[in-house]
Amino acid sequence: MDKEINYTESYFADDRVDGIEKVTGKAKFAAEHPLAEMAYAVFVCSTIPKGAIKNMVLYEARNAPGVLDIIYYLNCPTIPGHRPYDKDPNKKGFEWRGLKVFNDNIIYSNGQPIALVIADTLERAVYAASLVKAEYVTEDFITDFEKGKKDEALLKKAGDYKRGEADAYKTAAVFVEDEYTIPIETHNPMELHATTAVWEGDNKLTVYDKSQGPKGTQAELARNFGLDEKNVRVVTEYVGGAFGSALRSWPHVPAAVIAARKVKRPVKLVLTREQMFTMVGYRPHAWQKIAIGAGKDGKLVGISHHAISNTSTYEDFSEGIVGVSQFLYDCPNVNTSYKLLPLNINTPTWMRGPGPATGCFALECALDDLSYKLNIDPIELRLINYAEVHPASKLPWTSKFLKECYALGKEKIGWHNRAAIPGSLKENGMLVGYGMAGGVFGAGRGQAAAKGILKSDGSLVLQSAVSDMGPGTSTAMVTIGAELMGLPMNKIKFELGDTDLPPGPTQGGSGSTSAVGAAINAVCDSLKQTLKEMAIQQVPAFSTAKPEDVQYKKGMLFFKSDKTISISYTDLLQQSGKPEIEVIKDSARASAEAQKYAMHSFSVHFVKLQVHPVTGVIRLEHIVSTADAGKIITPKPARSQMVGGAVGGIGMALTEEVVIDHHFGRYVNSNFGDYHVPVNADTPIIDVLFADKPDPIINPMGSKGIGEIALVGVAPAIANAVYNATGKRVRELPITPDKLLS
Amino acid sequence: MEQEYKENCAGESRRDFLKKSTALAALATATPVLLKAAGNDEKIAGYFEKIPLQLEVNGKVHNLSVEPRVTLLDLLREQLNLTGTKKGCDHGQCGACTVHVDGRRINSCLSLAVMNEGKNVTTIEGLADGEKLHPMQESFIKHDGFQCGYCTPGQIMSAIACVKEGHANSVDEIREFMSGNICRCGAYPNIVDAIMEVKKGGQPL
Repeated sequence: MDKEINYTESYFADDRVDGIEKVTGKAKFAAEHPLAEMAYAVFVCSTIPKGAIKNMVLYEARNAPGVLDIIYYLNCPTIPGHRPYDKDPNKKGFEWRGLKVFNDNIIYSNGQPIALVIADTLERAVYAASLVKAEYVTEDFITDFEKGKKDEALLKKAGDYKRGEADAYKTAAVFVEDEYTIPIETHNPMELHATTAVWEGDNKLTVYDKSQGPKGTQAELARNFGLDEKNVRVVTEYVGGAFGSALRSWPHVPAAVIAARKVKRPVKLVLTREQMFTMVGYRPHAWQKIAIGAGKDGKLVGISHHAISNTSTYEDFSEGIVGVSQFLYDCPNVNTSYKLLPLNINTPTWMRGPGPATGCFALECALDDLSYKLNIDPIELRLINYAEVHPASKLPWTSKFLKECYALGKEKIGWHNRAAIPGSLKENGMLVGYGMAGGVFGAGRGQAAAKGILKSDGSLVLQSAVSDMGPGTSTAMVTIGAELMGLPMNKIKFELGDTDLPPGPTQGGSGSTSAVGAAINAVCDSLKQTLKEMAIQQVPAFSTAKPEDVQYKKGMLFFKSDKTISISYTDLLQQSGKPEIEVIKDSARASAEAQKYAMHSFSVHFVKLQVHPVTGVIRLEHIVSTADAGKIITPKPARSQMVGGAVGGIGMALTEEVVIDHHFGRYVNSNFGDYHVPVNADTPIIDVLFADKPDPIINPMGSKGIGEIALVGVAPAIANAVYNATGKRVRELPITPDKLLS
Repeated sequence: MEQEYKENCAGESRRDFLKKSTALAALATATPVLLKAAGNDEKIAGYFEKIPLQLEVNGKVHNLSVEPRVTLLDLLREQLNLTGTKKGCDHGQCGACTVHVDGRRINSCLSLAVMNEGKNVTTIEGLADGEKLHPMQESFIKHDGFQCGYCTPGQIMSAIACVKEGHANSVDEIREFMSGNICRCGAYPNIVDAIMEVKKGGQPL
């Protein structure tokens, strides 16, 4: 009677569960759902940074073959959610914070969508869009960050902080004080943002969207179009990267929805790569001034950290840039300030490691400078100032294995070969440098719901409306389910990316595994409880079993003390006449835990590189990324995520920079030929080492997030290695050869 | 008239290509007049704007009628529903649209569909033999040569060609000859490992 489930195939294999779909081209992304009568929409975008549309000439475009409609501000139906508060005082919360597409003729940025051409084929839509002409009234604008930041009248306060004495660094025996700048960087995931919208009648809407949060997009669409959430379905089964760009909806989402309603056909709207630079956010341009003072023993006396980052003129976006100086190291006196500079460009958004990625560039480079001034090894300097408890809240950390990370990385990179005097180490005529820097990001646990359906054939379906933009959320959820239920991975399917499923969180801030994993954990506990109750009914021997006497392995319930007493899940369901058992569970946000503990993931990145002494060309040789991300659930994808973060950090450090022509207020390098993201040849050997120690508090799996800390700290580690190699400190990213020659 | 285009487009030689170009130019001049005469009738416009195209995709011969401005990429994705080939930039800068045409890797966004008359196109959908994956597909899974999976079809098509071209003899060589395929998730080291294993395995690709 005890038929074991066949698990001759991979049991806890580490391959991605969606690997076959991805390598065969079967995985369907947002623009790849074939629908009958599909119409194609193409944006016409503004060519000025500020002003208003005076006139639009649509005649030629309207008469071009295949054109179904052209939507612009004069004929766009009023979107309920785009109405201002004062027009509808009873419906608070209706006001849309972002750009209200086609709402009026005001131009806020270059590249702003001003019309949408819908035609029966893509080619006809593209051609007709080229025929739309706009005349503008132009106004004075500002796109120059460097110019704007000097004008106090333009700046908006975004938060100050003080602990102990302000500017205490000045009283220290040794201090450094410098300015750091990062340019605008863009997410530019490989999949273009796309929305396919389909209406059924006037009240039911389905949207295939590139979104990190299907539930969030559903809520936004329901609110904006005055629909019941249950009548809005958002499908995001596969998301081709995002890194933050799909954390919220951008103008193309409502635009596609409006278009589909107007032409009464499914409408597909895919952004161009150029539009990916001006329509879906970016990491803001940021200036920082940081000063750190220490005693001769290396003990920190004070940190002062000030930042200004840009936002748009129609929406404020801020991120925790200076926050890292408040808690990453133990320092009695810290003061920080943060201001926003509105520019006539589109709104920035969270991009991988938002806040700490920018803040750690300044903090970790300044600490490196300080280490040379003190003549203390940079790792040693960090250990001297190691924070045993959170320095601001004084709360203990749920777990912190940062010292292990320092030790692992130091050994692997060969830190003992590092020269203490910059520019003194040479190999084969190249200057050689070693550098290191730390990263950090919050590691809480958000709310999530999940469903489990255990079927009589012994297979398990797990569900939650979360996206998987690449980290391997599906693989992690199947792994968690497999371990808890004692089932082989190939018997478990994780279904995601559909708002018809139980509500999952938006994938962001390195929180998916923690939140959804905790919900899966609750589902599996409940399933096991039900199985045990059924076993007691079916197998008399189980009636004497105490909870701790029952084990769940290999698709069966076992009596711990007598392994001959067992029953398979399959038999149990079949004998009790049930085709399946279904459970929905909710896992709450870790609010109570957050009152008692500080929760963070930590990383330390080590770099060895070469610099050509004449040309200044940098050649990365080796990166070692170490992390305390709790227990690692899926080692292979987790390693890949760290490698990917390091590659992102290489771009931030060495190549990525949006360039604006301030005469026209327009991006000049909005394509992959001119905006340089790292390619294969830019990538060195990358080793990843995890502390791999379970966190006892944050979630039942013991995991912490990886996505952000994979990138946070990489750019300063590279900058520090460049300094070690050359003696030149570059404080304006990216570190291009010209900056090393000047 | 249609027969004439068929004849013009059937060949592969430079002379045939020139003949085809001339025919296209003639069509381009004629179209607006004819369109006007036809009173913007969609069907007539469609007839004059499209030209016949025969090409083999993944072993299947397609007899199509396409507008000359349709790229091979958009033909595959929007008309043949072969969405495994991805659009990443439409400018030949990212490699996501890489397919094989007569065994060579090309960026399908930079090739007009009509330029491929009579040619043999292989896309990611044409690699596996039923359930049996191509060795490069297997190796990408084993070495985790992707995260989000969007650039993956292009990477795999490029990787197979990279080995066949004889450009996979060392890690550095692979890095160089795979640099036309951008992976924003940063799976490059894993992609190199996947290719190295296939190269060492020596299986026929």
